[in-house]
Amino acid sequence: MTTTSPGTLLSPSPEPGPSLQPQGWLRYFSFSLDHKVIGIQYLVCGFVFYLIGGLLAGMIRIELATPIADFLPRETYNEVLTLHGTIMIFLWIVPVVNGGFGNYLIPFYVGARDMAFPRLNAVAFWLIPPAGLLLICSYFIAGAAQSGWTAYPPLSLTTPAAGQIVWIMSVLLLGSSSIFGGINFIATILKLRRPGLKLMQLPMYAWAMLGTSVLVILSTPVLAGTLILLSFDIIAHTGFFNPSLGGNVVVYQHLFWFYSHPAVYIMVLPAFGLVSEILPVHARKPLFGYTTMVFSILAIVFLGLIVWAHHMFTSGTPPWMRLFFTIATAFIAVPTGIKFFNWLATLWGGRIALNSAVLFSCAFIVNFVLGGITGVALAQVPFDVHVHDTYFVVAHFHYIVYGGTVFVIFASVYHWFPKMSGRMLNEPLGMVHFLLTFVGFNLCFGPQHWLGLNGMPRRVAEYDPQFTLINQLSSVGALLMAISTLPFLLNVLLSLRSGAAAGDNPWRALTPEWLTSSPPPVENWKGEAPLVTRPYGYGRPVEAR
Amino acid sequence: MTTPFPAMDRSADGSKPQGGEAAIVDHGHGAAAPEHPDLRMFGLATFLVADGMTFAGFFAAYLTFRAVNPLPPGSNYELELLLPTINTALLVMSSFTFHRAGKELQQQRRDGCRLWLLITAALGATFLAGQMVEYFSLPFGLTSNLFASTFYALTGFHGLHVTLGVIMIAIVWWQARQGGGLSHSHPFGFEAAELYWHFVDVIWLVLFAILYLL
Amino acid sequence: MLPIDASSNAPVYDELFRVLFSIGTSLFVGICALLGYSLLRFRRKAGDLGDGLAIEENLPLEIIWTAIPAIVVLFIGIYSYDIYERMGGMTPLTDHSAMHAAMATESMEMGATEKAASASADAPAPERIWGGIGAAHEPLDAVTVEVTAMQFAFLFRYPEQGIISGELHVPVNRPVQLRMKANDVIHAFWVPQFRLKQDIIPGQPTLLSFTPTRTGTYPIICAELCGPYHGGMRSSVVVHDSEEFAQWQQQQTPV
Ligand code: HEA
Ligand code: HEA
Ligand code: CUA
Ligand SMILES: [Cu+2]
Repeated sequence: MTTTSPGTLLSPSPEPGPSLQPQGWLRYFSFSLDHKVIGIQYLVCGFVFYLIGGLLAGMIRIELATPIADFLPRETYNEVLTLHGTIMIFLWIVPVVNGGFGNYLIPFYVGARDMAFPRLNAVAFWLIPPAGLLLICSYFIAGAAQSGWTAYPPLSLTTPAAGQIVWIMSVLLLGSSSIFGGINFIATILKLRRPGLKLMQLPMYAWAMLGTSVLVILSTPVLAGTLILLSFDIIAHTGFFNPSLGGNVVVYQHLFWFYSHPAVYIMVLPAFGLVSEILPVHARKPLFGYTTMVFSILAIVFLGLIVWAHHMFTSGTPPWMRLFFTIATAFIAVPTGIKFFNWLATLWGGRIALNSAVLFSCAFIVNFVLGGITGVALAQVPFDVHVHDTYFVVAHFHYIVYGGTVFVIFASVYHWFPKMSGRMLNEPLGMVHFLLTFVGFNLCFGPQHWLGLNGMPRRVAEYDPQFTLINQLSSVGALLMAISTLPFLLNVLLSLRSGAAAGDNPWRALTPEWLTSSPPPVENWKGEAPLVTRPYGYGRPVEAR
Repeated sequence: MTTPFPAMDRSADGSKPQGGEAAIVDHGHGAAAPEHPDLRMFGLATFLVADGMTFAGFFAAYLTFRAVNPLPPGSNYELELLLPTINTALLVMSSFTFHRAGKELQQQRRDGCRLWLLITAALGATFLAGQMVEYFSLPFGLTSNLFASTFYALTGFHGLHVTLGVIMIAIVWWQARQGGGLSHSHPFGFEAAELYWHFVDVIWLVLFAILYLL
Repeated sequence: MLPIDASSNAPVYDELFRVLFSIGTSLFVGICALLGYSLLRFRRKAGDLGDGLAIEENLPLEIIWTAIPAIVVLFIGIYSYDIYERMGGMTPLTDHSAMHAAMATESMEMGATEKAASASADAPAPERIWGGIGAAHEPLDAVTVEVTAMQFAFLFRYPEQGIISGELHVPVNRPVQLRMKANDVIHAFWVPQFRLKQDIIPGQPTLLSFTPTRTGTYPIICAELCGPYHGGMRSSVVVHDSEEFAQWQQQQTPV
C-alpha cells in the first residue's frame, strides 16, 4: 500500500496522516508527488490522447479512401490533420516517452526516492490535460486551427483566428510542461545520484533522458518565443511574419524548425534509451558498446541542433545554407548507425526470448532503419526538391515516429507493466497485437513512399484518381492498426484484474527498478537504495556484477 | 527552522517514518532518505538557460529582420540614446546594490540588507519608469513597421522580466525583516532573486547593444 | 518507381534516385537479414535460464561501423552535391536586374536598415531574388513566363506577347524561366515529371528555370498547404513542339 506525499510547497502545516491522501486508483487523479504515480498518469493520459489522435487519423484515412473530397468538408479536413499532428506529437509521443517512462524510471536509475522537484513534476503533468482539452474543445467551439502542425504564416494569419490562438496557447502550455520536465530530469540525473554511482555507470535510458532534456531546454523556449510573436501577428496585427506588412515568413520557418527538428530527437532519443534497456535483459547479454552509445547520444544532441533548415530546402534558402544543412543532416546517420549496430551486436550470441517486448523492439529496428534511410535521402537537396511536401515525407516520419517510437512504447509497456502493476501481460494477446500492428503499419505507410514519388502532395483531401488503389491499401492498413489497439487494451485491462503475479523480477533483470517489489513501495526500496554499477552485467558470475 | 519553503527540508521538523508499509514517506527528502542537497538554485539556473534561449530566439529574429527585411522608405528613425543609456547604467548599478545587500545579509545586518534591497528595487522601478517615458516619446507604435514591432516585443518582454524581478525583490525585502523567515545561512529566496536579477541585467546589456548601438 | 521524365534535369535526378535506392536497399536488407538471423539463431530454448557471453565492446568493430556509414554518407553528400551542380542549383544568384520591375512588391524595396537608413534611404539598392534550381540561368532563347500563385490558382503571363493563361504552355527543348510571385499565402510549384519544386513565398519574387524535354501534358501541383482548396489547386503544363507552341501563342488574344 502506498501513500503520496502530503507536504505542499508553500504551507508550513504539519504533515497530514496518510488517510488524507487519496488511496488506490484515486491517487492517479490527484496532485500526487510520487514519481511513479506521475509517470503512470503521463502514460495513461498520453494513451487516451493517442486514441483521439488515432481517431482523427482514421478520419483522414476514410477521407483518402476515395479520390474526391466527400467525407469531410475541406476546412474540416485541415482541422483534423492539424489536430492529428499536434495531438500525436505534443500530447502522445513527447509526454509518454519523456514524462511517462522518464518519471517512472529515472529516480530508480539514479538511486533516488523521487525526482529532484516533485512538486514541479506534478505541475508539469497537470498542465497537460487542460492543454489537450483546450485544443480539442477548440474544434467544437470556434473551429480548430487549419494550418497544419507547422502553422506556417501567412496561412496561419489568414485562417480563422480563434482556432489558431487556442492552438498557440495549448502548445505554449505543453511546451512549458516539457521545459519543467526537462529541468527536473537534468537536476535529478546530474545531482541526485546515489553516492558512489558514477555517470558512466548509469543505465542508458538515463543518458538518453539527459540528452533529451538538454534539447528541450535549448530548443523549446525558442518555439515559445516564436509562437508569442505569431500570436501578436494574429491579435495585434503586427507584421513579424506578415509579408504584406513588411514581415518575413522564412524567419518563422527558421525559428519553428530550430525547435521542431530537435523535437524529433526529443521524440526518439528516449525511445533509443528504452530499447537499450529492453534488449540486454531479454538477450541476456551486456549492452554492447556502452561508451560509444553514450557518445553517440551526445553527438546526436549536438548535430540535432544544427540541421533544422533541411525542412526548408524549397523555401528559397541560399545555396551555401542548403549545402551545410545537407552535410550536417546526413552525418546524423553516423551516431545513429552506431546505436543500431550496437543493438545488433547486443543480440548477437545472446539467449533471446522472443516475447512481445523483444518483437516490438526488433520491429522498431527494422522500421526505424527504413525511416532513417529515407531521411538521409531527404537530406539530399536535389532529391528533396522533388519529394518535399509529398507523401514520401509523410511515410518517412511515420516510419520513424510510429514504426520507431510508438513500437518502442508498446515494447516498453510489455517490459515494464509487470513492474508497474505487479502482474504479467498475456503473451498470446501480445503476439496478436504485435502482428496486427506490424502488418497494419507497413501496409499503411509503406505504399505512401510510392505515392509521394509519383506525385501525391501531402495535406490534401482530394487526389488524382490514379492513386486510388494505393490509398485504399493504406487505409486498410490504418484499419488494421485501429483494430490492433483492441487486443492491447483488452490485454492491459484483463491483466490488471487477473494477470499472473509477476513477482519482483520476472525478467531476471539487473537494473535497479527490478531490485524492489512490484509495484514498488512509495519510497522505491525498503531500506537503502541499491548501488548498481553494472546495470548490464549479464553473463558474469554474480560477484562480478 | 527558517527556510521560506519549510516543506523542502521536512526532515528538520522531525517527521519519521512509522515503519512498516504504511510509513509516511516524503519522497526523496523525507527522513527515510538522507536529505538530498537543495537543488533549487540548480533548477533555477537551468530555467534561466531556457529563458535565455527565448531571448536568443528573439535576438536572432531581430538580427535577421534587420539584415534581410528593409523597412519601407520614410519609416526610419534614429533612436534616442540618452535615456536608454541612463537606464542601462541604473540597471547595472542595481546588480551591484543587490550584491551589496547579499553581503549585508551574510553579516546578519538585516536592516542594511533591507535598505540595499530597497535601493535595488527602486533602481529597477526607475528603469521601468524610464522605459515608459521612452515608449511614450517614440514616434512609432507597436504596429508601425517591422522594426517598431520587434523593438516593442524585445523591450516589452524584457520589461516584463524586470517587473517580475522587482516584485521578487519586494517579496525578499519583506522576508528579510527580523523573523521574516529568511535565513542568512541558506537564503534561497534571496539567492534566487539575485541570480535572476543578474540574468535580467545581462540580457539587457545584450539587448541594448544590438537594439540601440548596432 | 518514378513518373516519366520530361525535363532535362529529370534523368539526372533519376540517376541520383537509383544510387540512393541501391545504397538504401542494400543497407536495409543487410540489417534486416542480420537481425532476422540473430533472432532465429540465438533464440532462447524453453527452460534455458543461462546468459549469453559477457562481451561488452569490441573497439575494431565499433570503428568499422562508425567509419563505414561516415564514408557512405560522405559519398552520398558529395555525389548529390555534384548532381545539384548539374541541375544548376549551386549557381549563386548575382543576377540583379533580371526581375521585371512590376514584380517588385511594396515590401521589397530595398531601403536600408534602421541605422544606415537616413544616409541611404533613397539610393536604389539591387533587388533581391530568391532562386530555385537553375535560377540563375538566363540563356538568350529562354521563354519567360510570369507566374502568379494565389488562393487557389496559378496564373501564367507571357510578358512579350501579353498573353494570360491558366495553363502553362511551353515549347520542348527550350529553356523556360519562371518568374514567380505569390499574392496571399505560400504556395509551391511542383511538376513531378520535371522533378522540380519551388515554394512561392509572398514578398519573395522567385526564379525557376528548367528545360522540358518531352512533349505532353503534365500536372502542376500546389505542394504547400495554402487553405481549404489546397488539394484542388492544380493546373497543367503543356509541352509543345515549337510549331505547335507558336500556333498556340497566335491563338491567344493578348490582354
Ligand atoms: C522522431 C522523429 C524523427 C526522426 C528521428 C527523424 C530522423 C531523421 N529525419 Fe526526419 N522528419 C520527421 C521526424 C523524424 N525524422 C518529421 C515529423 C518530419 C516532417 C515534418 C513536417 O514537415 O511535418 C521529418 C522530415 C524530414 C525532412 C524534411 C523533408 C521535407 O519536408 O522535405 C528531412 C530532410 O532532410 C528529414 C531527415 C531526417 C534524417 C536524416 C534523420 C536521421 O536522424 C535518421 C538517421 C537514422 C538512420 C540513417 C538509420 C540508422 C543508421 C544506420 C543503420 C547506419 C547506416 C546508414 C546510412 C549510412 C545511411 N526528416
Ligand atoms: C507523432 C506521431 C504520429 C502518429 C503516432 C501518427 C499515427 C498515424 N497517422 Fe499521422 N501524422 C503525424 C504524426 C503521427 N501520426 C504528423 C505530425 C502529421 C503531419 C500533420 C501535418 O501535416 O500538419 C501526420 C499526418 C498524417 C497523414 C497525412 C495527412 C495529410 O497530409 O493530408 C496521414 C495520412 O494517412 C496520417 C495517418 C496516420 C495513421 C493512419 C496513424 C495511425 O498509426 C494511428 C493508429 C491509431 C489508431 C487508429 C487509434 C485506434 C483507436 C481508435 C480508432 C478508436 C478510438 C476510439 C475511441 C476514442 C473511443 N498522419
Ligand atoms: Cu496553393 Cu496549396
Ligand atoms: Cu528535421
